[in-house]
Amino acid sequence: MMGVAIIVVALTLGAALAVLLLENLLAAIAAASAVSLGVAVMFVLLQAPDVAMTEAVVGAGLSGLILALALRRLGLARLDVPTSGENTDA
Amino acid sequence: MSTSVGLVFFIGAIGLCVIGITGIVLSRHLFRMVLALAIAEAGANLLLILAGYRWDAVAPIFTGTAGGQAMVDPVPQAMVLTAIVIGVGVQALALSLVIRIKERYGTLDMQEARQCMQDDLDDAGGVTPSRSRERPAGERPIPAPTVLNSTGGQHD
Amino acid sequence: MRNLATLLFLGGLVFLLAAITGTLPFGHPPMLVGQAIQQAAKPEVGAANVVTAVVLGYRGLDTLGELAILFAAATAGGLVLGGVQAKGRNNALPAAGFVLRAGTDVLFPLLLIAGLYVVIHGHLTPGGGFQGGVILAAAFFLPLLARPSESLSHIWLSVIEGLAGTAFIALGLGALYNGDAFLTPLFDKGMFGELVSSGSLPLLYLAVGLKVGAELSSLLMRLAHDDGAAS
Repeated sequence: MMGVAIIVVALTLGAALAVLLLENLLAAIAAASAVSLGVAVMFVLLQAPDVAMTEAVVGAGLSGLILALALRRLGLARLDVPTSGENTDA
Repeated sequence: MSTSVGLVFFIGAIGLCVIGITGIVLSRHLFRMVLALAIAEAGANLLLILAGYRWDAVAPIFTGTAGGQAMVDPVPQAMVLTAIVIGVGVQALALSLVIRIKERYGTLDMQEARQCMQDDLDDAGGVTPSRSRERPAGERPIPAPTVLNSTGGQHD
Repeated sequence: MRNLATLLFLGGLVFLLAAITGTLPFGHPPMLVGQAIQQAAKPEVGAANVVTAVVLGYRGLDTLGELAILFAAATAGGLVLGGVQAKGRNNALPAAGFVLRAGTDVLFPLLLIAGLYVVIHGHLTPGGGFQGGVILAAAFFLPLLARPSESLSHIWLSVIEGLAGTAFIALGLGALYNGDAFLTPLFDKGMFGELVSSGSLPLLYLAVGLKVGAELSSLLMRLAHDDGAAS
């Protein structure tokens, strides 16, 4: 359990940092979904299958879908790196 | 062994909380603030589940075989179940507000949007603003006055 | 200046969280309430999943409040985003490719079955109304991705949502009629571990699942409606 815990925590923290640092917002949404998935795996390790299922379905699935749809409505959903405007300093 | 695994999980939970709140405080892009809020929420949920974890226990579900096996605490799990579902509702509401801000002011930068809202409030109240856009009262200059002027026609 | 303040704030936050978690006994929680619930859940509620027993049996009023919050969020989102029919679909997206359309046809019934399974078995296995409701919403949203010109009926979604919410409250009021507290599980407990057991808990979770599914698919449809206003 120790090795698995270290790997999952490291991946989750890395994905969380990627959410703040990635320029492309679509990639940031994918990283946020990865954070939710990592947290769901941690819930499984912590003997909470109910919560893990909720986190995987809601956090990684539905939340990513809502975010991506909102990004499309905002007109910012593009796969290439934005060249001008919408600059972030996170 | 037990405490070191706990240390790893606690580092993960506190790290998620801190990264999320850092994003909320430092980011100026409204959409990224919503993403950071989701991360901070996940960290808080993880802290709650960690508070109810028991070292020698199984998941809180009665199975046919296990007789007197100890179970982890079900109360924090039920609470986190509620918190996750409410979190997605809050996120959807925040996103619809962000979409409205973009439609009305044409910007997603927090400071520009705040300035536009202040102008709207001044217009509605019939107050002439005491500060000008060229020389703002605070120490930070308003980032892009040209953008403000070009999109200013929407809220007249 | 601002960065310095932020750094100080974050340092304080880390210190605060570390101080709180440092006092928690990891792996050995006191579990005063949890212990009592685990012993009482089997004879009192009759659900094999103790989390479900807590969510619907001991804390049903909280779940009702949670449903109210979700309803308020979905309604406010709909209000802020505006009606779907109001602006019409002037520039609807073109239909998706063959892979997405064929995959949708295959996946739709499977997702429907999976969602209903998760909802109905909420008192026996991990899962329940919220998770299953989200899966149902995803199942009904998938055809909209494949064929953007189609659309679900908002009236039907509202009718399903309202009926499910009414059923939840009616099951709660039925307990009052029996002389118990609001939302006490009704009916016979049945055989422990069977599908039809633990009284009215599966019915409550079915209501929750339908309500959550209808709310979320309505919200997804509003978000997916691209009126081309933004760039």
